[in-house]
Amino acid sequence: MTDIVSETRTRPRVISRSEAVMRRLPAPLARAVLDPGQTFLRIVGFMILLTGAVIVSIPFFWMLGMSLKPDRQVYAWPPVWIPNPIQWKNYPTALSYAPFDRYALNTAIISFANIVGVALSSSMVAFSFARLRFPGRGLIFGIVLTTMMLPSLVTLIPLFVIFARLKWINTWLPLIVPHYFGSPFFIFLLRQFFLSLPPDYHDQAKIDGASSWGVYWRIYLPLSMPALATVVIFQFMFSWSDFVGPFLFIHDDNLKTLSLGLQVFLQQYTADWQLLMAASTMMIMPMLLLFFFAQKYFIQGITTTGLAGR
Amino acid sequence: MTLRLPTLKTHQREAFDGYLFLLPWIIGFFAFYAGPMLYSLYISFTYTTGVSVPRWIGIDNYRRMFFEDPVFWKSLGNTFFFVGFSVPLTMIFAIFVAMLLNQKIRGMAFFRTIYYLPSVVPAIAASVLWLQIFNTRYGLLNIALEGIGLPRIAWLGDVNAVKPAYVIMSLWNFGAAMVIYLAGLQGIPQELYEAAEIDGAGGLSRIRHITLPLLTPVIFFNLIVGMIGALQYFLPAFIMTNGGPRNASRFFVLHVFFYAFGTLDFSYGATLSWMLLILTAFLTYILFRVVGPRVHYYL
Repeated sequence: MTDIVSETRTRPRVISRSEAVMRRLPAPLARAVLDPGQTFLRIVGFMILLTGAVIVSIPFFWMLGMSLKPDRQVYAWPPVWIPNPIQWKNYPTALSYAPFDRYALNTAIISFANIVGVALSSSMVAFSFARLRFPGRGLIFGIVLTTMMLPSLVTLIPLFVIFARLKWINTWLPLIVPHYFGSPFFIFLLRQFFLSLPPDYHDQAKIDGASSWGVYWRIYLPLSMPALATVVIFQFMFSWSDFVGPFLFIHDDNLKTLSLGLQVFLQQYTADWQLLMAASTMMIMPMLLLFFFAQKYFIQGITTTGLAGR
Repeated sequence: MTLRLPTLKTHQREAFDGYLFLLPWIIGFFAFYAGPMLYSLYISFTYTTGVSVPRWIGIDNYRRMFFEDPVFWKSLGNTFFFVGFSVPLTMIFAIFVAMLLNQKIRGMAFFRTIYYLPSVVPAIAASVLWLQIFNTRYGLLNIALEGIGLPRIAWLGDVNAVKPAYVIMSLWNFGAAMVIYLAGLQGIPQELYEAAEIDGAGGLSRIRHITLPLLTPVIFFNLIVGMIGALQYFLPAFIMTNGGPRNASRFFVLHVFFYAFGTLDFSYGATLSWMLLILTAFLTYILFRVVGPRVHYYL
């Protein structure tokens, strides 16, 4: 559409009155005049996007509102949606209840270690399932999926026994080490992504004498940036907010994570909802920030580069 | 990892590499998964409270499950209701939102982050909020219903409304699936759209013949993983209604929890869990057989 507009600009000829008007319009408006149907669709799409954004963010703003309420409005019935007055001091108060800086650092270290481990190991295993042929592949893949199907409630106690025998209780090892052996969720996810990459590269690289490792490391990983960004976003969310793992395996206050820290508002001082929500609001910020920066890898066209001559 | 073994043929070397790449998972499986899984299978044939020495009782737990535990069937029905509505609706919703968020509009990073927001709100905060939204007198949902002239509904107190209530609540958790679709949309070669545009294919036709077929690998992933997850739906129902009213929201894993940690009949909890595993594996197998061949892979 822009081509049409710029074309009229370059052509030196007598122009009609309507064209003269068109020239002075900003580009989006000019487009609207030239193709009303398309523009109508775009506007409708944008309105849906905006309405949806308002609806899905209600819970967040409710949480934010709750975190800024004075004590007496927390239990008010019917619920008060907008706090009056806004009580900013809930935030510093919440932070003073526990050593949250220590917890945040601990959680960040564990999360980082988990992301590195799970991305590496899961992508290797996924590559094997997607692009290498070997006897028993289907069966083993079936077993990988099966490990997701048993409710973790019943495996927790035996798992605890294993970690206790390894003398790993009250260390971060039970929270980190298992991530270095692949997660069924990410193995399946990455397998699907690898299978949707055209095998042309693979074949070409094999002809050029590349090893399996070379194909995996230099072709499949770089072409899977959106998928790997997904793994990073998800694993950070899982590790950052994991409660059950730290709850079972960590007792030492110096080793605790943020989700354990939040318990302080629920037990020790009955339930301080406004403080819990203030702490929760602060806790979700890193997840949102990471998503904000990681989502830039969700850009079309990455996989098409280097496809020349197909 | 270059393997220069002259005695190996090409396909043998490929198989060798295949197992080598699998090694992390194989080690992890035997170290952390296999033992606990087999142990839980073993205790399903015993009686134990989880800490006591298991006493072998054969298939008693399984007989009890099928013939003496009516709530087992009830919870199975509840779970199927939830899976049947929540999985397909979440899927449609997430694909739709992912497509909206895949346009080139200024500020898209901002929109995407807002749509991701619900996924990071902690479960406990979300549950407290939804208790208020579903409240019969003051809840947002009933205020909206009254606004359009419909009667109020006791969302969490009515046996017929409580399951739809959880389906509605689960729809709001579309963020994870949406992120995966968004990543999947990036793999679709732009040339295909350009070619289709030259051929005069409209927007809907492009979605039907390019976007959806090429998205099938991740649609299939979300279908399987969504089903496995929905079959294990637990936390919100545990916090908000704990199975009530009259077991109408007692989903399967809630039933497992009730025995494993409520009455400390740990072995019966394991029996129920293995029942769920067998059921899930069966459904997954069917989906791989029926839907699998329609998925678009480059093999």
